[in-house]
Amino acid sequence: MKRFKDSEHLFRLAAVFVVGITLFLILRGLLVPHSFGQYGHYRGKAITEIAALPIAYAGHQVCEGCHTDVQDVKSKGVHKGVACESCHGPLAKHAEDPASVQPEKLDTAKLCVRCHEANVAKPKNFPQVASEDHSGGAACNSCHKPHSPAMNAGGSQ
Amino acid sequence: MKMTRRQLLVLLPAAAVAWEHVLAGTPEASPNYDMTEHWWGMLIDITKCIGCGSCVRACQLENHVPDDYFRTWVERYHVTDWEMEYPKVDSPGGGKNGFRPAREEGGKNFFVPKLCNHCADSPCTQVCPVGATFVSPDGVVLVDQKYCLGCRYCVQACPYGCRFINPNTKTANKCTLCYHRITKGLTTACCEVCPTATRQLADLKNPKDPIHEFLKTHSVQVLKPHLATGSKCFYYGLDGAVR
Repeated sequence: MKRFKDSEHLFRLAAVFVVGITLFLILRGLLVPHSFGQYGHYRGKAITEIAALPIAYAGHQVCEGCHTDVQDVKSKGVHKGVACESCHGPLAKHAEDPASVQPEKLDTAKLCVRCHEANVAKPKNFPQVASEDHSGGAACNSCHKPHSPAMNAGGSQ
Repeated sequence: MKMTRRQLLVLLPAAAVAWEHVLAGTPEASPNYDMTEHWWGMLIDITKCIGCGSCVRACQLENHVPDDYFRTWVERYHVTDWEMEYPKVDSPGGGKNGFRPAREEGGKNFFVPKLCNHCADSPCTQVCPVGATFVSPDGVVLVDQKYCLGCRYCVQACPYGCRFINPNTKTANKCTLCYHRITKGLTTACCEVCPTATRQLADLKNPKDPIHEFLKTHSVQVLKPHLATGSKCFYYGLDGAVR
């Protein structure tokens, strides 16, 4: 017994839908990145890609591994909390291959005032000077040694 | 090479499995890092900030931030004693080269370092139409540079003004909390160079992190708490005038 009269057109329509949906699923599988939805509505692999970027600052622990003499002087002075690369700049390449990049010599007349130039907005307990009155533009390291800056600290660093 | 239909049908699934491995790509850069064990944030002690701009310079060098664009910057506030609603704020060059002595004396003067707050319920990730920006499982708001269209929705959505369109790549850019460093066991570039320890990276899931003791014993605040963004940058000594 035939339930529907002229039911072929329904099957033809269904076939079109099946083909369409299959095509959609195939395209979707090809176009949506593999890791999309791994952790949420984003490409999970993006996290790995960002984490794999190279670093520029090696970190003071790495510096202290070789420059123990500087570390000994620095650890006794008020600059003990200041990281090496805070003044010397990013040196991850130097840490990897010391011969490849040499840290440039620093001009203390410009370097020290970055932090220590007097400014009313700085915390009151932070040591600050009006550099013009204090030294008249002379290099700071003619009196203070940057790694241990107190006047009576001595040392050659 | 001759191949029967049967052999082909056997080979096809094997090829499919192999293709999965090709798509999976390179293995993880930090194999010892487990995302589920961390929840990153930052502690900023305003009472220590000297406005030297070391953080801004370090961020630019570490992350190749173009000139005049900032992932982190320092603002200087000048507040007279009764006009708290109208602070005078300046940030010349993002504070990158420090600040000239203030012209106006008196009142209250202080520095506020700013960066992405890495909100747990971040408004910027919710508006992305293509899933290019997201909060990672360890609580860092990141941008997928390959997926971003540069539509600027997120730049507008961030209430803290922490996003910009990189003029070179034309995609959204922002602080990644130095994700490439913290996953290798280092601190962020800005925290590394901060000479007064104003900034401290904090792992809120690590019970041994000193942040927990600090949060218990100090009055801290986040920026724009009324927006309930779940900000994870905790400011100590934050003045009510700071926007």
